[in-house]
Amino acid sequence: MPTISVDKAELYKALGQEYTTDEFETLCFEFGIELDEDTSNSERPIVNGKQEAPQLKIEIPANRYDMLCFEGIALMLNIFREKTPMPNYRLVTPKSGELEIITVHPDTLKVRPYVSGSILRNVKFTQESYDSFISLQDKLHQNLARNRTLVAIGTHDLDTIKGPFTYEALPPKDIVFTPLNQKKEMNGEEMMAHYENDKHLAKFLHIIRDKPVYPVIYDSQRIVCSMPPIINGDHSKISLNTTNVFIEMTGTDRTKLEIVNNIIVAMFSQYCAEPFTIEPVKIISEHNGETRQTPDISPRVAQAEVDYVNNCCGLSETPERICELLKKMCLTATPSSSSKNILDVSIPPSRADVLHQCDIMEDVAIAYGFNNLPRTSPNKSSTIAQPLMVNKLGDIVRMEAAMAGWSEVMPLILCSHDENFAWLNRKDDGSTAVRLANPKTAEYQIVRTSLLPGLLKTIRENKKHSVPIKVFEVSDVAFKDVSLERKSRNERHFAAAWYGKTSGFEVVHGLLDRVLLMLKTAFLTHEEGLEDKKGLDYEVRQDHQKVDGYWIEEIDEETFFQGHAAAIYLRVGGKQVRIGEFGILHPTVLEKFELRYPVSTLEINLEVFL
Amino acid sequence: MANAQDAPSGDLPSKILKALSQQEPILSADTFPSYKSTELKGALDRLASRSMVTYETIDREEAVLEAEALEIAANGSHEARVFEALRTAVAGLTVSELEAVVGDKNVVKVGQGKAFKSKWIAKGKEGRLVASTDSIQDTTREQLKIIQETQTHPDPKIIADLKKRKLVKMQKIIHFKIVKGPKFALEITKEETDLTADMLSSGAWKTAAFKPYNFKSLGADQNAGALHPLNKVRHEFRQIFFEMGFEEMPTNRYVETGFWNFDALFVPQQHPARDLQDTFYISDPKTADKPHAESEDDRGDYESYWKNVQEVHQEGKYGSIGYRYPWAEDESLRLVLRTHTTAISTAMLHKLASKKGPDGRPPPARYFSIDRVFRNETVDATHLAEFHQVEGVIADYGLSLGGLMEFMEIFFHKMGIEDLRFKPAYNPYTEPSMEIFSFHKGLDKLVEIGNSGMFRPEMLEAMGLPKDMRVFGWGLSLERPTMIKYKVNNIRELLGHKVDLSFIERNPAVRLEKS
Repeated sequence: MPTISVDKAELYKALGQEYTTDEFETLCFEFGIELDEDTSNSERPIVNGKQEAPQLKIEIPANRYDMLCFEGIALMLNIFREKTPMPNYRLVTPKSGELEIITVHPDTLKVRPYVSGSILRNVKFTQESYDSFISLQDKLHQNLARNRTLVAIGTHDLDTIKGPFTYEALPPKDIVFTPLNQKKEMNGEEMMAHYENDKHLAKFLHIIRDKPVYPVIYDSQRIVCSMPPIINGDHSKISLNTTNVFIEMTGTDRTKLEIVNNIIVAMFSQYCAEPFTIEPVKIISEHNGETRQTPDISPRVAQAEVDYVNNCCGLSETPERICELLKKMCLTATPSSSSKNILDVSIPPSRADVLHQCDIMEDVAIAYGFNNLPRTSPNKSSTIAQPLMVNKLGDIVRMEAAMAGWSEVMPLILCSHDENFAWLNRKDDGSTAVRLANPKTAEYQIVRTSLLPGLLKTIRENKKHSVPIKVFEVSDVAFKDVSLERKSRNERHFAAAWYGKTSGFEVVHGLLDRVLLMLKTAFLTHEEGLEDKKGLDYEVRQDHQKVDGYWIEEIDEETFFQGHAAAIYLRVGGKQVRIGEFGILHPTVLEKFELRYPVSTLEINLEVFL
Repeated sequence: MANAQDAPSGDLPSKILKALSQQEPILSADTFPSYKSTELKGALDRLASRSMVTYETIDREEAVLEAEALEIAANGSHEARVFEALRTAVAGLTVSELEAVVGDKNVVKVGQGKAFKSKWIAKGKEGRLVASTDSIQDTTREQLKIIQETQTHPDPKIIADLKKRKLVKMQKIIHFKIVKGPKFALEITKEETDLTADMLSSGAWKTAAFKPYNFKSLGADQNAGALHPLNKVRHEFRQIFFEMGFEEMPTNRYVETGFWNFDALFVPQQHPARDLQDTFYISDPKTADKPHAESEDDRGDYESYWKNVQEVHQEGKYGSIGYRYPWAEDESLRLVLRTHTTAISTAMLHKLASKKGPDGRPPPARYFSIDRVFRNETVDATHLAEFHQVEGVIADYGLSLGGLMEFMEIFFHKMGIEDLRFKPAYNPYTEPSMEIFSFHKGLDKLVEIGNSGMFRPEMLEAMGLPKDMRVFGWGLSLERPTMIKYKVNNIRELLGHKVDLSFIERNPAVRLEKS
């Protein structure tokens, strides 16, 4: 959520009322913004020898782009408090009757296809409103415009340039101008090098750097207004004294482009000599059918059903009363002439967040006050509670392990590739583990395929604890599985590790026996089960029938100390499967996990017991 | 070789008893000077536990000579030794002769300077050194001798000075003053520590003396197993859901697709939550299949669903104008680690849409889950790349916001949280969205305890759920209430391998309703 800092005294002046911090917090709470901080009583920075005035830091919901500046916050709160009506924005054509024009060249399709524009005439900025104007552009760039990828804004002193304008796309070398606040001319390529380490601009360079052509806006004298989305020209830069502001926006997302235009003019047209008037700009873009006049500030008319609104809110208000409530949220609604159940709702250009009548319904609820809404019973229907079977099974094993004197731990599910494979002397066959594309640290490279790394790391961090340490975990690992839609599946495992002066091999073996006994699985002895045969085809003879149960067989795997490891086999319903293994860890494994004492581990797949 | 004083401390108690029978009180420093105080204390405690003696401990600081000081006390200070050598040599000595006489270059070097300073010696003829007085007083040696004999010196300034000169160090000495106890005897009678089966069968319990039990110490360690605190809290939450008729969702699936984790929830493809900065994407395996049924009992219409989701984003549908951007299939088929369990709720609600209740409509349902989710966060004291989300979903006809708030009051009341306040909030897939706050007495302010809302029609109707079926959803993290409850400040000390095992072992049972 973006946080906007506003001057406390100025805001209260705009609201026509002083608030205590608590009172203002309550107002914010009801409206759905959040007072993050009142800096009145905290240390404030000194700028140009003057201490900053007390600020209110207000968190704005991510979809309220119309409140990303002082002007928007003051306006919306005033409308909510029924102090001001929604402004009536108007488009005004200049006396000449001629609109400024931006002509779009088809080459812009290769890099940044859309452009929009608007003009604010006879603006009178103060230092505060000027700063707010600049800050709003920054906030829009960061949020709605996704760091200028979707939309980039350029503002210019119209009196320093002359239309008609062109929006073109040219090879970087052919674009030459003095960028904003620079002394010398550069071409597009040089600018890329120049701004490579710039603290503000470097992060935007990637948007066009490798494109064959860069977008550029020229005036009729071939003066460069801007090379979006990177930088404006120095020639047309605006200042406190600028009175006629030319705003151009370019982008890759047509919808957001127009939202940005609407928000900027809605917020700052109030400083025009004739407040809330906007001079439109004509865009000529024949090649993609985008020829039009911008901005389109006409309200969008949507419909809302009275019974839907009442029903969702648990209210039974009249259409007229709902219209009154909506006024507080700057929506102008009237009962429809066609149906008593329909409201015609006129949504101002700045409220781009309203997509569906559910958004209108929410505004009714906010205007009414969430905490004032009548409470109703939540029990409409009876439903049957039901645990997830694999969780129920897991809980049984967890309880049994804890009752046997083992402590449960909860390591992370993500781990490094080495921890999961190389450190356990296991090889990655490339078709087992799910790999992450963009982890911030090497600690998180894959989704674990075994619970062992987590157990061993937990022991490593607890070497001060008295020995033996006996820990266990029941949780999921994940495997690649290309047969499934999501190409992966989880598997519920149970694992335990013993760390002590002796190996604890028999203790871990005993834990296996105990847990399997509790899962009603019989142990098949060597004599019963193994006979002379090797491999998976065990004949377990009892009345010449294969009986269900488990047995273990010595294995030679590098994870374990030779001669002290076994695989665990289970036969359920005549089907047999290896469900895991236990053993004394190989000393090279201990070394990798920085463990000084012997460790025995056990890990089995629980899903076979479902 | 062992002498009498080095006798094993095993018979020290007997010696103490014997000494006490001859003299009372006794001071350990006088009677048993060569025993270590730890040995003495062990023996005395044994006797004291039988009330055979009582003793008090006397701490004293003693001055002890360092090695150099021992030599000075024995042979005199460096300057005195230089003087003495010169005094006996009538014609004086050259420096090398002096070194030969004294026998220690270092002593000559240091002593010569000091002796000059005290005017004890002077330069004679031909570079020889001669004594310039008949007798001197070797004060340092005298002071050290006093300390050697009495372990202290009447003038504390002198001790301080000698300490500074590193000739003397202070040592803490523990003595014991011992007197007879009420059960004093020369013989230690055998005391039984426990009642045994043997004593019962032999009848020895009737005559045996029993050692008093120490009621001031803890009982024996149980070597108990323990469940993890987070799972204990999870259990409580789970019970609350069961009490309220909820079915647990199959959240045993960490890998999701952009479709299920975001698109189906009406989260636009340019939403910041989908940034590489926030979401873990999967590099291997590469891409997902389009949604399809994976079990025989799944009768969901996945093809229409896919198309509906695309349309509602791109052009708008179900009365929504949509986000109006070109929706990309590739983005939807990217694999991600789920950022919320709502990806599973979505799949559950989509399945619900194809179910038919007694009236032919999808039946009301209540789902919950408590499971791990993943965010590509920079790790700090309150953020980990993994945490647990507690999530509940209620689907029913004619639900209203008042019902959602009432439900939340009941749900949180079960864990001892009262007086909720609801704040309007924004969430891409719920509208209205309500943040749930409660007043925290300890922090003296409203604290956010969860998020809730009604799922957007764009999400539900795309699944094929009827327009009048409304769905509440709410969520909170499992870690945050646990951290507040157990005053854990760093999430890494709760979840992950950096946990302290003693914390797990000693963490009390969770009783959420008792705050």
